[in-house]
Amino acid sequence: MPEQSTLQYTAEHEWVLIENDVATIGITAYAAEKLGDVVFVDLPNNGASVTTGTVIGEIESTKSVGELFAPVNGEVTEVNDAVVDSPELVNSDPFGAGWLVKIRFIELPELMTFAEYSVLVGE
Amino acid sequence: MSDSTVAQQLYSPLNQIHLDAGASFTDFAGWQMPVRYSSDLAEHHAVRACAALFDLSHMGEILVLGPEAADALDYALAGKLSTIAVGQAKYSLLLARDGGIIDDLVVYRTGEDRYLVVANASNRDVVAAELLDRCSPFECEVQDESDDIALIAIQGPRALEILQELPGLHVAGLAELRYYWSVAGMFGEHAVLLARTGYTGEDGFELYLAPEAAPALWEALAETGAGSGLVPAGLASRDTLRLEAGMPLYGHELGLDIFPAQAGLARVVNLSKEGDFVGRAPIEAQSADAEMRVLVGLRSSGKRAGRAGYEIFADATSTAPVGLITSGALSPTLGYPIAMAYVDPKCADVGAELFIDVRGTRVAASVTPLPFYKRESN
Repeated sequence: MPEQSTLQYTAEHEWVLIENDVATIGITAYAAEKLGDVVFVDLPNNGASVTTGTVIGEIESTKSVGELFAPVNGEVTEVNDAVVDSPELVNSDPFGAGWLVKIRFIELPELMTFAEYSVLVGE
Repeated sequence: MSDSTVAQQLYSPLNQIHLDAGASFTDFAGWQMPVRYSSDLAEHHAVRACAALFDLSHMGEILVLGPEAADALDYALAGKLSTIAVGQAKYSLLLARDGGIIDDLVVYRTGEDRYLVVANASNRDVVAAELLDRCSPFECEVQDESDDIALIAIQGPRALEILQELPGLHVAGLAELRYYWSVAGMFGEHAVLLARTGYTGEDGFELYLAPEAAPALWEALAETGAGSGLVPAGLASRDTLRLEAGMPLYGHELGLDIFPAQAGLARVVNLSKEGDFVGRAPIEAQSADAEMRVLVGLRSSGKRAGRAGYEIFADATSTAPVGLITSGALSPTLGYPIAMAYVDPKCADVGAELFIDVRGTRVAASVTPLPFYKRESN
């Protein structure tokens, strides 16, 4: 599990781990907590091309539906099948086993630092 | 109701206990109430398998008392409250003058000329005002006691045994208390009204008592029940529990634009009672009208739940909706998506195959009888 302080963040409460030209994306513990128990995750197909800021998936709890936004332009290189089978991983390990997709990006937009995101969620 | 109450945050007498328990909160009708303590699903399953505690102190409690209290309520409400026995409770409706639903209520007869009317938190003011107005020709008083009454529910198959073991609770005939009956008792030195009612589809009890006594009761229940799997539960699980049990929620299945018959509540409106009551004339006049949408249950396969506000279509491609979902979720107990919806009468037969527009995708759903879930020992 990556250190939260080394991740980058979006205002949509997603975290982004940059490794070379691939971004691994998940939702933050804050977002998971707000959603409640996640019971269904809908992710894009492998190879899908995605555009920054567009909805590429859905995360449903018993109570509500959260949208997954692409934080970068690029192509989906991997989706987390484990989280599709066991959506509760989003709650139990949001920064680790609960990761959602990997996207090979073309250019990296400006994202939030851990400190900036902490301010956003008031922690 | 009034602007002055909008800005004012209301807190349950159990607020500190919830904070200490690490609850997440939601605003409900101006009240900061627990939405969950740990997990919606765990709390839901606890009610089905063991028991859970709910803080319902935000609910409205309005007393109607006096020699003509029974007659007053027969006029003010849709049901015949004069014929329930002392100790008995009845589910009823407060109808608007045009027959729409102002609120759904549970009415407890706590004495020969004494009733406790329990209203939804969001409707407390309007219910109190309507009762005051409607009861004014009768010899009785209407008192909004909501600020002086806390409410704790213990729901689940082990609720009875936990209450039986609860130190300090003195209630006669607890085990024999029937569903929708209540009994007065004591918790320590505080009076408590204990009712076998609830909103989960499970056996359970609701305990009304003074706010200052509520923390001690909550903690005693939590301690006594800990070995039986009792957990505190929030409003999120309460919502999925009542949905599985097919119970309507005001603002979703019930509202001013809904007539009782549409909601499957025609039986709650007692047209055979003598004398007028508010809402009677428009409801009698409309009985032949079969064009109104009616409440149905829907179930689908997979995991994608239709939710409140999603439209329903007769087939996979049509553009004119035939209905609208009022509540929906992936049922924690049943494992498939369930929803309550208002649909055109021609689509309302059990077994009818319909489609829910789930954010742009049509998901097949079939009309199914309510409730979705019924406990075995009913």
